[in-house]
Amino acid sequence: MSAVGQRFTALQRLLHWLMAVCILAMLFIGVGMVSTVMPKYLTLVSIHKPLGIAILVLALIRLVVRLIYGAPSLPADLPEPMKLAAYLSHYAFYALMIGLPLIGWAMLSAAAYPVVLFGGVRLPPILPQSDGLHTLLWNAHFYLAFAFFALILLHVAAALFHAFVRRDGVFEAMAPLSTHGRVVLTDPQSDRVA
Amino acid sequence: MPQPVARSAILSLILIAGIVGAAAAIFAYTAGWLSPRRLTPDKMVDALTPPGVDPAGHRRNHAKGICFTGMFEANGAGSALSQAEVFTRGQYPALGRFNLATPDPNAQDPTVRVRGLGLRIATPDGQEWRTAMIDPPFFAVSTPQAFYELLLATASKDPDAMKIFAGAHPEIAAFAAWAKSAPWTGSYAEERFNSLDSFIFVDGSGARHAVRWSLLPDARPVPVSPDDLAKRGPDFLEQDITERVRGGPQRWAMVVTVANPGDPTADPSKAWPEDRRTVAVGTLVVQQIEAERDGPCRDINFDPTVLPAGIETSDDPFPAARSAAYAKSYDRRTAEAQDYPRTASGAKP
Repeated sequence: MSAVGQRFTALQRLLHWLMAVCILAMLFIGVGMVSTVMPKYLTLVSIHKPLGIAILVLALIRLVVRLIYGAPSLPADLPEPMKLAAYLSHYAFYALMIGLPLIGWAMLSAAAYPVVLFGGVRLPPILPQSDGLHTLLWNAHFYLAFAFFALILLHVAAALFHAFVRRDGVFEAMAPLSTHGRVVLTDPQSDRVA
Repeated sequence: MPQPVARSAILSLILIAGIVGAAAAIFAYTAGWLSPRRLTPDKMVDALTPPGVDPAGHRRNHAKGICFTGMFEANGAGSALSQAEVFTRGQYPALGRFNLATPDPNAQDPTVRVRGLGLRIATPDGQEWRTAMIDPPFFAVSTPQAFYELLLATASKDPDAMKIFAGAHPEIAAFAAWAKSAPWTGSYAEERFNSLDSFIFVDGSGARHAVRWSLLPDARPVPVSPDDLAKRGPDFLEQDITERVRGGPQRWAMVVTVANPGDPTADPSKAWPEDRRTVAVGTLVVQQIEAERDGPCRDINFDPTVLPAGIETSDDPFPAARSAAYAKSYDRRTAEAQDYPRTASGAKP
């Protein structure tokens, strides 16, 4: 798991970029739909629910894949605070990818709204109707969604920092296309052995 | 070569900041933070509450109401128009709420011109049909934006505000004429309730039919003058319906009106001609009345876009706007439940 230039597996990279598109779409749809009363409100809501469930399913698959295949180790010369931030951010991502859809589903359940996916498929309620739970979950869904977007911005900034400034192979480990593995191997700062 | 490296690092950092900043800006735009004129659910719901009214814990419109339970008895005729199970011959549990179109939960019954009925019918296939109807024969305005402007004009201190509004939205004149001349009744049981909004029924063959629906009372409407109503007390409608239902179930025939090609479906302020085909699809039977405070309708959002497969929204812009605003109203009032406490005996665990 610590070989120089090791990348995430192709399956992990596929899941990462597929989910990146889904999650960004989800967050934009979310803030867009709650700020309009136009007919697109219904369209956006009708995408938001099934897309959220799709993200939940993908996140669970991804968690299993991650537990099986692990992740490339971080560069040895990465400062400890950045390593810690990287580890914590990964936990936060998994918590949000799995937690936000569940909170949304539970929130709708607590309000006795039917949860309708594409094709008229309905999900069962996962909580009884409750004023208090609805309010708690609504707040959690709302604020955690903004936290998620903030985390994504940090993640993008960090990824680009690795790619443009440190050039240490971390970005390439998750890049969608192969960069022939040369980026890491030619890194003059690297003190790792192949 | 530390110099070029430092310069390229600074350029890279600027580029990264630009990318992240642009993403944040697009997000802010999508959220409406850069568009103060966008009509948001928050603005719509804010505008519903006039100064001096405290709606905490209550619906932001149609704030005063009373719950009922009963059955919807489908006669099977609706299956020709929609594949929804609710039209298959049979009995389905119904839950609803008689209400007054006022933002004031403590309004006096004789003072409120428009009366409404919220309804939820559940079918064995797990689907639901929610609808919220009112008793005028057409809506006051053509668009949700016009409704928002009507709320602002009504609350405005400018004596010309309503005149200016009526100039921009002449459809309000017909509604004002209805409000002035239509007879009042002394009972929810004598009211005809109308969807006003248009929806699409999809039948078993996939054919689509633009429709509106109404509940026609079995009880014969008896006109009562507003002066006589005023003598009946602040809650006479709730007392009347409670007594009537205690004496026996109250019924309404559900009638679906089918549009002719070219009939206005996008504008609920325009009634369709009287000669349009109607189909009686069943009967709403109201069997029990319960006070709202501990009643089963209290925490139901009668969102008119909660529809079974076989009923869809049309090009009418109101159901979407109502769905967005009702959800906001629901979020607020459920967060304020402590301001409208359940009684100890009816408290949920």
